[in-house]
Amino acid sequence: MLKTTTIVVGAGHTGLAISRCLADRSIDHVVFERGEVAHSWRTQRWDSLRLLTPNWMTRLPGFAYRGEDPDGYLTASETAQLIENYAKDSAAPVRANTTVVSVRPVERGYVVQTDQDTWHARTVVSASGGSAVPHLPPLHYAVPAGITTLTPAQYRNPAELSEGGVLVVGASASGVQIAEELHRSGRPVTLAVGEHVRMPRTYRGKDILWWMDASGLLDERYDEIGDLSRARSLPSMQLVGSPERRTVDLNALRRLGVRLVGRLAGIRDGAAQFSGSLANMGALADLKLGRLLDTFDTWAAEANVDGLGAPERFAPTEVPAPAQLALDLRSGEIRTILWATGFRPDLSWLQVPVFDRKSRVRHDGGVTASPGLYLIGMPFLRRRKSSLIDGAADDAADVTDHLACYLASD
Amino acid sequence: MTTTNTAVDNGVNVDALLGVRAALPDAPEIAQFQWRTTVSWINGTHSQSTVDTFHGFGEPQQHKSKFTYDADHPLAFAAQDNGATPVEYVLVALGGCLTAGVASIAQQRNIQLHSVQATIEAQHDLHGILGADPDVRNGFSGVKVTYTIDADATADEIRALVAQSQKRSAVFDILTNPTDVTVDVA
Repeated sequence: MLKTTTIVVGAGHTGLAISRCLADRSIDHVVFERGEVAHSWRTQRWDSLRLLTPNWMTRLPGFAYRGEDPDGYLTASETAQLIENYAKDSAAPVRANTTVVSVRPVERGYVVQTDQDTWHARTVVSASGGSAVPHLPPLHYAVPAGITTLTPAQYRNPAELSEGGVLVVGASASGVQIAEELHRSGRPVTLAVGEHVRMPRTYRGKDILWWMDASGLLDERYDEIGDLSRARSLPSMQLVGSPERRTVDLNALRRLGVRLVGRLAGIRDGAAQFSGSLANMGALADLKLGRLLDTFDTWAAEANVDGLGAPERFAPTEVPAPAQLALDLRSGEIRTILWATGFRPDLSWLQVPVFDRKSRVRHDGGVTASPGLYLIGMPFLRRRKSSLIDGAADDAADVTDHLACYLASD
Repeated sequence: MTTTNTAVDNGVNVDALLGVRAALPDAPEIAQFQWRTTVSWINGTHSQSTVDTFHGFGEPQQHKSKFTYDADHPLAFAAQDNGATPVEYVLVALGGCLTAGVASIAQQRNIQLHSVQATIEAQHDLHGILGADPDVRNGFSGVKVTYTIDADATADEIRALVAQSQKRSAVFDILTNPTDVTVDVA
C-alpha cells in the first residue's frame, strides 16, 4: 500500500488551493483527479459560459489573474487554462486520470482506493466540488416520451437542440443564462420560476460582486449568521458574465419574450403544472434585493466611498397575470426540457459515517466528525464566498490550519 | 423600523416553534402529522363536519374542544344556506393560515402588530361545476388577498412579512400546487 500524509480528492481550484497551503507547510500529499486538472471546466460547461465573478476576483493562494481585463469575466476554457497554470505554478502533486473509488476509515487514517492504486493517508480532504452532478426533481420521470431532456452539464449551445419550444426549469444562474440564449436563437422559451435570487450585474456603476466584496458581505462567517442551513441552500444569483455586463433578471427575460410561469409543481396526464406562487416568488426576490442594496448604500455612506453613481432601485418584477398554470407537453409545442434545477456534490465514494438523513455531509466549517477528514468547496463552508473561486484561499488556509494541528496532536 | 422599547408581543410563542425546529434534526419523525375531519350529510346540500383529533409530535393529539362546521349552499342556489359554502371555507383556511403566518413572522422579526385585516376574493366561473363548458375548470380562476396591516414597521418590512407568510403557508401551498387526493368508498 502506498502512503502519504494527506490525500486531496479533486484538482479543481479548491483542491489546488488546499494543495498549495499543504505544500507551504511541507505536508506530504497527493491530489487525485478523475480527468485532467479543471476537468469539469473542460467537459461540463456550455460554450458561452463565463465566470459570474470579475477577473480581479480570481485570487487563489499564491496566484491570481494577471491579464489585461480585470473587469471582464473568464470563459470556461480560460478558467480551465488559469487553473492549469495554477497547478503548474504550484507544481501540485496531481495524479491525473485517477478516480477515487472509495475512502474508508482505518487505524490512524484512511484507506483510499483509486482505480490505479491503494493508498493510506492520515488525512483526507474532499475537494470534489459542491456542484458536481446536476440534481433533477423526481417528477422528471413523468416527462412524456418524445421530449428531449438535458441538464446544464450536458448543454453546449442552442444549435444542438431541436427547433421548437423549450421549457427551462429553474431560474437561477444556469437557468436564466440558458433561457436567454435559447430564446435568442429562435426557440421560444418557457421559464419555470421558483425561489430565486435577483441580482443586477452592476449597481451605482460598479459590478455587484465588487459591492459584495468591498462591503465585507462575502466575508460573513458561517458561525456568525442566523440560519446557516438556509444560507447553504440558497440558489445561485441570477447573473451572467458578459462583456457588456448585462443583467439577466426576469424583467429582462420577459422583455425578450420569454414566457414566465411558476415553479414546475407536477406533471400529470402529460401536462406540466406550474405553481400559482409566481407573483410571490417575484415579490420575495424584489424585497430581498432591496434590502441588499439598502445595506450597500448604508455601507458606502459610512465608508465614504467615492466615485459611485446615485443610489437606485430596480423596477419590481413583472409577472404575467393571470399566470399560466398548465402546459400540454404532448402538443409538440415543447420539444426540449432543460433541468436547471441545481447541482449536488457527488460523494458516493466516501464510505465514512458522516452523512445526515438527506445524504449531506455533516461538517463544522469543513471539519467532519471523523478525525482527519475534511471538506472544502461547498456552499458557505466557512464564509459566504466559499463557493466562489475567490473563497478558496481563506477556506483552504483555515482547513489547512486545522489539519496541521490535528497531525501535530495525533 | 422597530422603535418601541417594550417587548414585542403578538401573542405568538415563537420560542416554542423554534424549539420544535431545533428538535427536528434528532427526531425528524415528530414532524409527521395527520389532520382529520369527519363529515356527515344532513339534508340537501347541507353537511356538518367535525374536527376533534389529529396526530403529531409522535402521538395522538386532541383539540381543546370539538369544533363543528356547517356547510351548505346559499338561497340563491335554491339551497337552505345553513352555513358557508365549501369554497368559502377554502378562503377561510387561506386567510387563517396566512394571518397566523404574518403574526408569527412578525413576532420572530420583532415587529409589533396593531391590526391585521385581509379581504380574500376568489373568482369562480360556474360554467365548470355546472358542466356547461368543458374548457372551464371547476375551481377558482383566481384568488386575490389584500392585507391592511398597522404595525411598527416600514412598508417594505410589512410587504416582506406578507411575502414570507405566503412562502411558509401550508394552505397557500395547497392552493397553488397540485396535491395527490384519493377518494375511496369503505
